Amino acid sequence: MLTIIIIILGASFLLYTLLGGADFGAGIIESFAGKREEVTISKAMAPVWEANHVWLILAVVILFTAFPLVYSSLSTVLHIPLMMVLLGIICRGSAFTFRHYDIVIDKSHKYYTLLFRVSSFVTPIFLGIILGAMMLGRITFDTTKGFYEVFVAPWLNLFCIVMGIFSACLFAYLSALFLVGETTIERERKMYVRFSKRFMLLTMLMGLLVFIAASIEGHDLLSDFLHSVTSLITLILATFLCPVIWHFLNKQKNKTIYLRIGAGLQVSLILIGWFYIQFPVLIKMKSGSSLTFFNTQAPESTLQQLLIALLAGLILIIPGFIYLFKVFKIKSNSQ
Amino acid sequence: MNDFLAARMQMAFSLGFHIIFACIGMTMPVLMAFSEWRWLRTGKTVFLDITKAWSRGVAIFFAVGAVSGTVLSFELGLLWPTFMQHAGPIIGMPFSWEGTAFFVEAIALGIFLYGWNKLNKWVHWASGVIVGISGVMSGIFVVSANAWMNSPSGFDWVNGKAINIDPVKAMFNAAWLEQSIHMILAAFISTSFAVAGVHAYLILRKGANAFHTQAVKTALIFGSVAAILQPFSGDFSAKDIAKRQPAKLAALEALYKTSKPAELIIGGIPNDKEEKVNYALHIPGGLSFLTHGNFKAEVTGLDKFPKRDRPPVLITHIAFQIMVASGILLAFISVLYLVFSINWRHILLKKWWIVLVACATPFGFLAVEAGWTVTETGRQPWIIYGIMRTEDAVSPMPGLHYSFYIITAVYILLSLIIIWLMKRQISSISQYYNSANET
Repeated sequence: MLTIIIIILGASFLLYTLLGGADFGAGIIESFAGKREEVTISKAMAPVWEANHVWLILAVVILFTAFPLVYSSLSTVLHIPLMMVLLGIICRGSAFTFRHYDIVIDKSHKYYTLLFRVSSFVTPIFLGIILGAMMLGRITFDTTKGFYEVFVAPWLNLFCIVMGIFSACLFAYLSALFLVGETTIERERKMYVRFSKRFMLLTMLMGLLVFIAASIEGHDLLSDFLHSVTSLITLILATFLCPVIWHFLNKQKNKTIYLRIGAGLQVSLILIGWFYIQFPVLIKMKSGSSLTFFNTQAPESTLQQLLIALLAGLILIIPGFIYLFKVFKIKSNSQ
Repeated sequence: MNDFLAARMQMAFSLGFHIIFACIGMTMPVLMAFSEWRWLRTGKTVFLDITKAWSRGVAIFFAVGAVSGTVLSFELGLLWPTFMQHAGPIIGMPFSWEGTAFFVEAIALGIFLYGWNKLNKWVHWASGVIVGISGVMSGIFVVSANAWMNSPSGFDWVNGKAINIDPVKAMFNAAWLEQSIHMILAAFISTSFAVAGVHAYLILRKGANAFHTQAVKTALIFGSVAAILQPFSGDFSAKDIAKRQPAKLAALEALYKTSKPAELIIGGIPNDKEEKVNYALHIPGGLSFLTHGNFKAEVTGLDKFPKRDRPPVLITHIAFQIMVASGILLAFISVLYLVFSINWRHILLKKWWIVLVACATPFGFLAVEAGWTVTETGRQPWIIYGIMRTEDAVSPMPGLHYSFYIITAVYILLSLIIIWLMKRQISSISQYYNSANET
């Protein structure tokens, strides 16, 4: 039972990274693109962005129901970065909708756009920082150690910041690849191809920096990967997919579906690899002990009810979600 | 401001903000689906225009509701980690059902808002119906989680830990049904009267036309039925609270001393020091009758509870008076509406009636905010009634008041922008919809 819940939690997290990530990335790409691209991006995102972000709510609900101690610990110690993520989510969603639905287009449009773009950068960076803090092992609940040690030091360090920038680059890369298939204008398509390549290189570079920053902060991430065969294979496969995607990007007529599958595979592989070295740890602590799936799990009766709700929910959600994408993504592309 | 108070204020503010969007998110899809259905049946474009005009506004409210709801799912932990650590496994079930319902709602809304030209008309209409159903369902689930805080069940509390957890029992606690009914009705009343009021105001300013007249009518049909049912639901709730949470009942009625018979205290300003209510209207035996159906029955007062277990009387009592007064006002207008529309339809076109409807605009939401204040403040000092104190659940992080200031500022700013945006939307109605120009 616990296994299935962990798989659903992981799947929601993965889908949030892919779909929510591409959505965040759209705001980043838009900052580098022109006025006309703004329209394409808004049009591509508008029908699906809310549904994309519900994966986060699902992950949070699973976390506080099935692993309550992890949820309460994270929200205590990482209060500041979480608050930043929340502010980003509020500002981004509101600004995007205001821009899309404001009937009069005037100067206010500029402010919505600014707010949308800034929060599209800030939110993924802090999401990455939070993830970094869970891995690094500087978290402590000993409040006698002072404000800085408990509430700031665990996340404000080189490794976490590099993780944050890595996430933002990854999201922008995902989004650029996704947008290649969202436009019918040749000039725009070429631009997204260019962005895809640049952010692919940038993401690989940042990926490298993650390992370097980890070792500077005394966390030997590389040897973790080397010790787990599965993780190592996923990492190699994900890297190997880069030239393949590059190849498809160079083709005159892009096969959108290959690009999307390729990117989806890459992110899944990275996350699975990371999951393997992290498992079963959710939060690594300064004291050396950790909060894991096993030592924080809720009682059996709770897990059982949660699983029923999740499975019943997924039966409703998955067909609906596929239908939504079919109506707005596949149909609109073939037209 | 101390951190504990800041955390409470932030929670109150976030919920008070979100509840408006949640009410609109529950009600508007039903109103839109109803209006679209009338268009499909009659072929009159006015109903299509109304549906489309509403959907532009709803998209904004829904998005802000979605993000402020996401914020709440984190704030529960950011502000009350100890509460969530113990309550998570117990009330996670309604929350996971709520997550599902909300997911379905977001998917169906995407289809509804953007699928006008891509789908069969009836499929499109069905997506609107699904938004409405899942919206109401998610409301019920969230309220049942809140009801559990008022009426905790489905676990045993032993040495500061919950054991023998039964999530099903927790979800279907003693308060879930009455609270859910009260909340859903409140959502329909507040939103419908606000919508009817805004259209009535536009009739007053720009003259009557098919668009606004039909919009007022559609909204009032739902609003008036809900507003007439609400007093019964309120009575059901009050009788139940008298049994389950006598301290809350005593606080909201400002009954300091246990009395037999107990008088109903209307209005006034409770004075905690002297333990009496100044400037109030007293109705002998009134409270005994309302809580027990008998003019001579005994009603428990605050004196039966030690001082540290009493809710704040002033806020709870005044909020309760505001809620009841607003509810009665709207129920009264609703009765008039139903009577007029059966036999005296010409009155519905009279100016005084339209002024009345326009003036009723804010009272539904006023009642929602006041009612929410009653149920939350009236539960204090407990976060889980009788089990865990609110002060024991608060986050240990110093400086919580900063996040209160930031969140408050953001929400105030958002509210102002939304009001301004709605004004812009409304002022362009006649530009986009022909039926708004027909007289």
